[in-house]
Amino acid sequence: MADMVRAAGRESSTGGRRMRVLGAGVRHLVLLLVAAICIVPFLWMLGTSFKEQNAVFSATPSLLPEHFVTSAYYRVTHLVPEIRWAINSVAVAVLTTTGQLVFATMAAYAFARIRFRGRNALFVVYLGTMMVPSQVTIVPLYIVMKYLGWVDTYYALIVPFAFTSAFGTFLLRQYFLTVPRELEDAARIDGAGPVRILWSVVLPTARPVMATFGVFSFMFFWNDLLWPLIVTNSESRMTLPVGLANFAIGQYHTDWPAMMAGTVISLIPILAVFVFIQRYFVQGITLTGVRG
Amino acid sequence: MTLPTVGDRTGTAASTAVAAEVPKLRRRARVRANLAGWAFVAPSTVALVVFVGIPIVAGLIISFTSWDMLTAPAFVGIDNYVDLVRDPLMWRSLLNTVYYAVLTIPGSMVIGLALALAVNRAGWAFKAYRTLFFIPVVSSAVAVSLMWKWVYNDDFGLFNWILRSVGLPAVGWLSDPNLALPSVAIVAIWKTMGYNMVFFLAGLQGIPAQLYEASAMDGAGWWARLWHITLPMLSPTTLFIAVVSVIGSFQVFDQVFVMTQGGPGNATIVYNYYLWQNAFQYFHMGYASALAYILFLLISIVTIFQVKIFNRRVVYDQI
Repeated sequence: MADMVRAAGRESSTGGRRMRVLGAGVRHLVLLLVAAICIVPFLWMLGTSFKEQNAVFSATPSLLPEHFVTSAYYRVTHLVPEIRWAINSVAVAVLTTTGQLVFATMAAYAFARIRFRGRNALFVVYLGTMMVPSQVTIVPLYIVMKYLGWVDTYYALIVPFAFTSAFGTFLLRQYFLTVPRELEDAARIDGAGPVRILWSVVLPTARPVMATFGVFSFMFFWNDLLWPLIVTNSESRMTLPVGLANFAIGQYHTDWPAMMAGTVISLIPILAVFVFIQRYFVQGITLTGVRG
Repeated sequence: MTLPTVGDRTGTAASTAVAAEVPKLRRRARVRANLAGWAFVAPSTVALVVFVGIPIVAGLIISFTSWDMLTAPAFVGIDNYVDLVRDPLMWRSLLNTVYYAVLTIPGSMVIGLALALAVNRAGWAFKAYRTLFFIPVVSSAVAVSLMWKWVYNDDFGLFNWILRSVGLPAVGWLSDPNLALPSVAIVAIWKTMGYNMVFFLAGLQGIPAQLYEASAMDGAGWWARLWHITLPMLSPTTLFIAVVSVIGSFQVFDQVFVMTQGGPGNATIVYNYYLWQNAFQYFHMGYASALAYILFLLISIVTIFQVKIFNRRVVYDQI
């Protein structure tokens, strides 16, 4: 695969070399162009976020600000509570992800290793719920929140998701099935119960798959708009996506520098994490087939 | 002579005692396994039943009612489903969704495949490309949509600035009813091409090198290899991406909510957005639930259809 361009011009050595250089040149040219297309909107956002409020209303705009100012970052943290949204987002994403990891791991281990009555039937139920699109459950779930008095509280943002993840259970179960039984048998002979075996024998080997699922889950809840949009009303309860989306259609919707500054702030954490643990992001996304 | 007998007897007695113990031990082990198993799955299962299982069933029941959440729900039979078929806006949103899918999916898949073929090499430069192409995938749909809304801005946006500076007339990217949905689709292609690339890369790495070596000896060129080896061997990946993309397109919401709010007119009203409007702006809970169940049905049908069609053509790797 990697040598297709190279192999295409293998017939004569000089012609081959020329083809190779040409091929590599064209390849990089195209890739650089696509890379620019990926990055330019981000630069446009970043440049705008450092512009003065009225400097953006110009017929001849520029990527870089003429006067470099940080006032947009001041406005987005004072006119609207962006810092509060960020804290809410961190809290929701961290608590939900932690809960899903803990409870999905427990369930997954039982499904993979403990023979209990009703196990297979229950597992089929878990798989079944994965087929149902979230739109089906969102209306009834909102009604449940309403009757519990949880609308516009952190409970509604966290509780419905923090205790279960059918997908996480499935993913981790598939991993636990691959762990050699001999590892656990040794511990069992020493008299260890399932909790100890899971904690001190199985989990240390499961770090990559747990990181993969953790990153996926964190990214999902960090980026999610629909559910927090439905269950929050007051600005102080919103997460970043809801706050920003409302900002964009609210009274300050023409303050582009502030809006872009808010977007920059919302992107920094997830992109920073991405750069450091890229592998888990790629795995988390390819294993799930769920898109942002 | 007596001693062995005694010994035998005690031995037999002991082994019968043990034999009686074994089923009891086994039963106890089974009880313990049942307890441990259920204890491990209990929290997750209770939450799954309460927050997923019951809502799935409740959604179906609510879809047969008329309910504004202020007064008690009234049973209306299949009225919601009948209304739905007669609702021109439902059809508009469904057609828009299909149009969005058609605009988005082929482009995003072809570009994703091309990128995968281009960056499937070792070296830091290709690693850097892969990272860059993946940044839009990681970014939230809301952030990306806000960014692009500004890029698309009629008077002060990046695109119209570029158009004007090369002497072309400015375009109403999001304000022209004919262009608004394609503009939203461009953002979707931009955001998902890196995602598709990663899947195709994984698929490419699963193709055995011997296939290419053999075809090189037969003198096959670049196109011949792409057409006869790469594409057939990638067909399971292609099927997977196609299914996931169709499901994703049917559920698009964030981009429309942020960039166009369904407008101008109803030019970008998509199914999921219409569902949200019915549920959380008009509080037609019964009607919205009917829409949700129809969405579920549509997704299932399309998925089964796709898998059936592709199964005839998919070459599963058997080497």
